[in-house]
Amino acid sequence: MEYSAIVIGASAGGLNALKTILTGLDAEFSIPLLVTQHISAHSDNYMTVHLNSLCKMTVKEADEKEKIEKGKAYFAPPNFHMLVEEDYSISLSVEDKVNYARPSIDIMFETAAFAYGNRLIGIILTGANNDGAKGLKTIKEHGGLTIVQDPTTAEVDTMPRSAIDLFRPHYVLKLESIAELLNEINRKNKYRDPRIH
Amino acid sequence: MNKPKAEKQNREPDTDVVNKNINLEIKLLLEAIYQKYGYDFRNYGQAHIKRRVLHRLSGSNLKNISELIHEVIYNDSFIKLILEDLSITVTEMFRDPTFYKRLREEIIPLLKTYPYLKIWHAGCSTGQEVYSMAIILKEEKLFERTQIYATDFNQLALKKAREGIYPIDKIKEYTRNYQRAGGKNAFSDYYTAKYESVILDSSLKKNIVFAEHNLVTDNVFAEVNLVICRNVLIYFNKELQERVLSLFEQSLMPGGYLCLGSKESLRFSSAYKHFQEIDDKEKIYKKNFYLR
Repeated sequence: MEYSAIVIGASAGGLNALKTILTGLDAEFSIPLLVTQHISAHSDNYMTVHLNSLCKMTVKEADEKEKIEKGKAYFAPPNFHMLVEEDYSISLSVEDKVNYARPSIDIMFETAAFAYGNRLIGIILTGANNDGAKGLKTIKEHGGLTIVQDPTTAEVDTMPRSAIDLFRPHYVLKLESIAELLNEINRKNKYRDPRIH
Repeated sequence: MNKPKAEKQNREPDTDVVNKNINLEIKLLLEAIYQKYGYDFRNYGQAHIKRRVLHRLSGSNLKNISELIHEVIYNDSFIKLILEDLSITVTEMFRDPTFYKRLREEIIPLLKTYPYLKIWHAGCSTGQEVYSMAIILKEEKLFERTQIYATDFNQLALKKAREGIYPIDKIKEYTRNYQRAGGKNAFSDYYTAKYESVILDSSLKKNIVFAEHNLVTDNVFAEVNLVICRNVLIYFNKELQERVLSLFEQSLMPGGYLCLGSKESLRFSSAYKHFQEIDDKEKIYKKNFYLR
């Protein structure tokens, strides 16, 4: 079993959480990351520039129709939803906000689940609303691996709690353990986890 | 470690088959819509279409997309819902104020050198950005000698655009955008508030023609100095983007300008050779006077 992509959703407190995970990944980490972080519509590209300077992998704002490549982390641009196409490229959309958010985590999770099926890992981090819970459940229904940040360790626990309240994710972990788990998955090409049912 | 493999493998084909069936049904649905009504979504980005169709399905009491196709063919009112689902009408006045500021400061002074000006706003949706342009042209004393063609394939959106009446709760955002875009007056000069709505000043409509035009199936209809088409191409696949960009290229006079959305680019298209980049961030391009 090989995982082809990781989707991460974060809101309030997300920058620090993402920093912990992304800087905790091995130098040879190759599974592509797709990140939707709730962000003001008018913000610049500070976050991706900052994270790119800290991380070994390339961190960038996603371009429309961009092919998803190994060893890169793609962030949804401010004021655009990020969708995953079934040919493993990225689409952007300006349609209405979902869960009061654009970019919305649910949209990314849902389309990624269709594209990657059981080769997808979905992760929900800190945040003050319930965006992403439904999408993460969809990922599990398509056979993907689901991880939620341990709410007791989250800067804001609403988002992880909403996910756990909705369904039972495979893992509930603190940030450092999420990075460790991802490294382990990346190292074993044909990773299997006994807890997946 | 290998224990649950069998179970997982049993599940894999299921979701896979389900997904393949859904994709097939969506293909047939888009074909049916095109054959029966002439609206062509077959070259739209697939993820967007699938998401919207599945949401329409889950909000209905239909069992699957095949039943939805039946509705589309036999129920003329149902197609309206689907068209609303598939077209994106989200827009605002002076959306991306930095773009409008740049347009006003860098492009408008050059357009002023022409005795008469034609602008095509393609995919104008409910019209907010067209009126934003009209306001800028008015303030730059150019509106009187400009003709704006504002087109969309969505008739309902066009109707709203013609009316120029918008919900009052948006006005705060519009005003802030107007100011950030370098507006010269009070934004309230351009509308009258009535109950829950604002009605835009009718003088703004004077030189605007709103018309139905479908970028996917229709052709060049005028030669213009400026084409604005923002956040429309992101819904098209590469092939359709090529077609539409070439349509814009053919519609532009030599030396004319093309403005795309902040995340759209001309760079990887074959029309690129006919243009030079004026502003990479705001996606403003100028058509060459001759082939380089």
